[in-house]
Amino acid sequence: MAAAHGSRDFVLEGDASASSDAVQAMAGAPSLDGRLAWADGSPGRVRVRSRTWLDTFDWRLYRAGLTLEQVTGRDRAELVLTGRDGDVLAVERLPADAKPRWPSLVSALPAGPLRELVEPVAGVRALSVVARARSRVTELRALNDDAKTVARLAIDRMSVMHPERASAPARLTLTPVRGYSGVADRIGRAMTSVPGIKPGRASVLDTALAAAGHRAGDLPGKASSVLLGPSMPASSAMAAILMALLDALEANVPGTVRDVDTEFLHDLRIAVRWTRSALKLCGSALPDGLALAYRPEFRWLGDLTTPTRDLDVYLLDFASMATGLIGATESELTPFRDYLVRSRAQEYRRLARGLRSARFARLTTSWRTALADVRPARKRPPVGELANVRIRAAQRKALQAGQLITAASPSERLHDLRKRCKELRYLVEMFGSLHDPAQHWQAVRELKALQNCLGEFQDAEVQRTEIRAFAAQMLADRSAPAATLLAMGEIAAGLARRQRAARGQFDSRFADFASPASQARLTELARTAAA
Amino acid sequence: MKIFASYNIKGGVGKTATAVNLSYLAARDGYQVLLWDLDPQGAASYLFRIKPRVKGGGKALIKGTKSIDAAIKGTDFDGLDLLPADFTYRNLDLLLDAAKRPAERLGSLLAPLKSEYDAVFLDCPPSISLLSESVLHAADLLLVPLIPTTLSVRTLEQLTEFVGGFNGHQPDVLAFFSMIDRRKRLHTQIAADLPAARRCFAATVIPALSVIEQMSVHRAPVAAFAPRSHATRRYGELWREARERAGLVRD
Repeated sequence: MAAAHGSRDFVLEGDASASSDAVQAMAGAPSLDGRLAWADGSPGRVRVRSRTWLDTFDWRLYRAGLTLEQVTGRDRAELVLTGRDGDVLAVERLPADAKPRWPSLVSALPAGPLRELVEPVAGVRALSVVARARSRVTELRALNDDAKTVARLAIDRMSVMHPERASAPARLTLTPVRGYSGVADRIGRAMTSVPGIKPGRASVLDTALAAAGHRAGDLPGKASSVLLGPSMPASSAMAAILMALLDALEANVPGTVRDVDTEFLHDLRIAVRWTRSALKLCGSALPDGLALAYRPEFRWLGDLTTPTRDLDVYLLDFASMATGLIGATESELTPFRDYLVRSRAQEYRRLARGLRSARFARLTTSWRTALADVRPARKRPPVGELANVRIRAAQRKALQAGQLITAASPSERLHDLRKRCKELRYLVEMFGSLHDPAQHWQAVRELKALQNCLGEFQDAEVQRTEIRAFAAQMLADRSAPAATLLAMGEIAAGLARRQRAARGQFDSRFADFASPASQARLTELARTAAA
Repeated sequence: MKIFASYNIKGGVGKTATAVNLSYLAARDGYQVLLWDLDPQGAASYLFRIKPRVKGGGKALIKGTKSIDAAIKGTDFDGLDLLPADFTYRNLDLLLDAAKRPAERLGSLLAPLKSEYDAVFLDCPPSISLLSESVLHAADLLLVPLIPTTLSVRTLEQLTEFVGGFNGHQPDVLAFFSMIDRRKRLHTQIAADLPAARRCFAATVIPALSVIEQMSVHRAPVAAFAPRSHATRRYGELWREARERAGLVRD
């Protein structure tokens, strides 16, 4: 159970069996003046609780300062949401016959204040089990001279079951009874004077994870967080970056195959896209022929994931597309939604087959081995020089591609610029640890602003083209009433408006990117990477 | 939040036992409960082992210079808090008389606690005074323990007539026979005849039982130290009737 208001936590160092000695020592501590006594809360009774902590795969709740715990006792189960300071924000009792199974989307939680607090933070991500433990809690009561309870002390001996089996140090939680906080303060002071008892600053979740050798907030394989030094051999640096990307890719495979939420596939695709760009732009730093051998395989992997992701995007945006209708009604779009759901199920089966295939297993296994075998190539320029050259080349290409765009340019020119900008941003982020952090983030922000505009332009066009193809297919299948086709036409018109608006913003966004200050920043980043 | 007031003009009829036991049972049902011991004798405070003392006394509470919130003490039982008695409560009538809208004062003092508590029990001193009038105005349900005598019944009639004359909010009344001695013919006869005839009577009666008197020895509600006793069952039945009559539902 989460900490109650005003409670204080302590940890008991050493063996958990030492807790009763420590309590005896506390009772005799001078600051209690002999005026308090300890009584057994429930003589001879130890409460056993099973505790399950939930978060999204990317720790969205943890990063927002929230902890969500499912506590299951003998006769009831409840979800408890606590804030950064341990205060309980919401509690939801779970019906015995309808407990959610994890992982589950937030929509599986019972409607109520807890769900309302979790939903905006977790978004489309599912809640999964991040830790599981079994607590054996003994409660003691501190009594005053009227034998009135003035504080409660819970001694929690916790065994961690997941992510690894481990024993956590015993945790003592002192909770004042309302109106007696002064007495609890004295007990708290007495406790800290007892050898072996230390204030417990870490949350129960942090304690459980630490005991299991893990840490909350850990995410596998962020290429931009690979630490590089300018003189590091480029081959080793690229192998480290690509290995981190492979970690990220593999970490997202189980969630994609089990279809836990749409973001697993999204993040898997990001890892593939970065890998492909790294091989294309910096593959020459790797041993001869390695990049060339793997580029087609990663292209296959990228293509395998595209149809499902495209349909995910449609379904994720569906509600907002539907609310934008003016002439048609939302219900007229139902056959279109059903068509998307059916198509997505079909594509997902193909994707899951691909990710379970021998080809995919061969790709990841042999790629990991190949990266592990990369040796430092000292004769080639170091990674700082590689970053300098590649960033400047990508910067030049992006600038040139943009400068050629006029009001009369076809869409392909903007699509091409988008690709160049993506490559430039990946390079800047990939070599992020070589840059001055403030300049780095400013450059990334500026690039993202231009990319968002180009992305909106291209996505709207692609979706508009696809919606025509869907309409033709639905017509051929006889699964689209005329009203649905008209409603889809309205959505296509809305996409055209979005594309036009993005095109209208392009000139000013590109002017910002091409400004002397922005260009100088990129040049300086490239130069300092080599310094 | 529902406000239950344990009230009777007469003393020694089981008001405190009712407030203490019903508030405990409400908390055991999972409700967040506050019991306000308004009787300067402080019997309810004593039973929960809480010193009958409020910083600044009744004056500070009635004038609002000290918030009720700061005076509340936790009992030994989950979900049950107590606002202790104070000897200065003997002057609450005078303090209310000096306050604006004295009849509504108690209700307005309790209003800020709405979000924290599902139920508030008021253990009232035996009297008919400005304080009792303020209690009657604040309460949703009056719990009226009665010794089965003709005079007690007459008192109840006076009470229902009095609250029936209120403009606007009128508390519902749930009277019940308390301290029934089965050996007394008059007790059993009145207890058998009256409840069926009047809506305001509960079906439950609370007999005179020594285990109820032992509350002052154990300094705890009956259900806490004698959970299987006849008295616990009777108070449980009375609580169910009171909860249903007040329409207490969890938010």
